[in-house]
Amino acid sequence: MLRELFRKGHAKVREINKRYEKPGIEMSRPVKASLLFLRVYLMALIGLSIYKFITMVR
Amino acid sequence: LLSFSSVYYQFRRTWKAVRLLMLTAGPGIIVMVADNDAGGITTYTATGAKYGLHLLWFLIILGPIAYYVQEMTVRLGAVTKRGHAEAIFSAFGRFWGWFSLLDLVLTDWLTMITEFIGMTAALSIFGIPPAATVVLCWLLMGAMIATGRYWTWEKIALLFCLLNLIYIPAAFLVHPTAQELLYNSVVPHLPPGGFTNELFFLLMANIGTTIAPWMLFFQQSSVVDKGLRERDIKFGKLDTGLGALLTVVVAIVLVVVCGKLLGGAPVDDAAAAARQIMPTSRSVGTWIAVGLFDAGLLGAICISLARSWAFGEVFGWAHSLNNKVREAPWFYAYYLFDLLLAGTVVLIPGAPLVLITLFVQVIATTLLPAALVFLILLLNDKKTMGEYANTPWQNCVSITIVAVIILLSTMYGVSTLFPELFKQ
Repeated sequence: MLRELFRKGHAKVREINKRYEKPGIEMSRPVKASLLFLRVYLMALIGLSIYKFITMVR
Repeated sequence: LLSFSSVYYQFRRTWKAVRLLMLTAGPGIIVMVADNDAGGITTYTATGAKYGLHLLWFLIILGPIAYYVQEMTVRLGAVTKRGHAEAIFSAFGRFWGWFSLLDLVLTDWLTMITEFIGMTAALSIFGIPPAATVVLCWLLMGAMIATGRYWTWEKIALLFCLLNLIYIPAAFLVHPTAQELLYNSVVPHLPPGGFTNELFFLLMANIGTTIAPWMLFFQQSSVVDKGLRERDIKFGKLDTGLGALLTVVVAIVLVVVCGKLLGGAPVDDAAAAARQIMPTSRSVGTWIAVGLFDAGLLGAICISLARSWAFGEVFGWAHSLNNKVREAPWFYAYYLFDLLLAGTVVLIPGAPLVLITLFVQVIATTLLPAALVFLILLLNDKKTMGEYANTPWQNCVSITIVAVIILLSTMYGVSTLFPELFKQ
C-alpha cells in the first residue's frame, strides 16, 4: 500500500514537472536579472548556513 | 422634491456599496488580524516592555507597507483566479515553483509550532494543561472547516478576529496621555540608548511579524476561493486596508499597555508578560492571555489553510472550503495532518522549541525576498494582468519596500546565524 502511494506520488510529481516545464511569463531582461539575483542571494544564504553548521559541529 | 430624491439616491448608492463591502470583506481582515499571531503578540509585548511608547511611529509606518504588499495579492487572485503557488509554478516554471512550495511547507510548519507554543502558554495561565489545550485546538480547527462552506468558515474566522480586539479596552485602563501618544506616533525618533543590536532585532521582528510569506499565499488563495472578480477589487482593497488598520491598532494598544505596565522589564514572551501584569491589573493580564490564545488559533488556522490551498493548487486536488470532506479528502487530510503534527511536537518533552524559533527566523528570511520578488514580477505581467498590472507609481513604492526588506532581512538572517558580528 505504501509502495503504491509512493508510486502514485512520484507519477504526480513527474506530471507536475512536465506541466510546468517552461516558464509561462515573458522572460524580459528585468525578469531574468531578478531571477539571477534570487539564485545568487539564496546560494549565498545557503553557503552561510553550511559554514555555520560546519563551525558548530567542530 | 428634487433634492430629496437625490439625497435618497445617494443613500441607496452608499448603502449598496456598504452591503457589497460586507459581502466581499473577509480575506483582507482575516489575513491582517491573523498576522498578529502568537509570535506577533510576543513581539509587541517585548517592544512595549523594553522601549515603552518610543516605537509607536515605526508600527504606524508598517501598516501602509503591509497594505501595499497584500493589496497586490487581491489583484492577482481576482484577475488570474489562481492561488499564489499555482501562479508561481505557471509563471516561473518547476524549479521556482517547487522552491516556493517546499520553503512554504517548512516555514509554515515551524511557524505553526510557535502558534501552538503560544496557545498552550496562554491557557496554562488559567491552569489548563498543554495536552488539553492542544486537543481543544484540534477540535476547534477541525470543526471550523467541517461545515463545507467558505462563507461559514469566514464568518467564524471573523468572530475570532473580533476577539483579537480584546486588547483595545486595556489601553484605556492604563491611561496614556494624549500628548505622549501623539508625540510618539507622529515624531520618528530612537528610544533612549540609541541604535543598539537589541533594538535592531526588535525592529526586524516587528517587520517580520507584519509581512510574512504565508500571508501572500493565504490571501490570494482566499480571494480565489471566495470567488472575487475584477469588479470586486476595489472592495478587496478596502477590506485589506481595514485589516491593516486593525493590525496597527492592536499592535499600538499592546505596546502602550506593556509600555505603561512593564516599562523597562525584560519580557521573553507574551504569556510571561500576562503573568507579570496580573498582580498590577488582573483584568489586563487576563485579556492579554485570552488574546494570545486567540492570536495563536487564528494564526494556526490561516497558516495551515495557506499550505493546504497551495498543495491543492499544484497537485490538482479539489481544494476549496466549499467542498465537503468527501469531495476534497486530500485537502482536508493535509490540513488536519498539519495541525496534528505541529500540536504533537509541542507536547514532546524536551522538544528543541528555542531551536525551532531560531529556524523560523532564518528560513522565513530566505523565503520572504523570493516571495516578494515573484509578487512584483507577476504584477508586472501585462499580458495576464491587463489594466490591473502595477502602474509605474505602484512599482516605485513596491520595489522600494522590497529593496528595504531584502536589505534588512538579509542583515537579520546573517545576524541570527552570526550574532557576534553585530555585537556592540
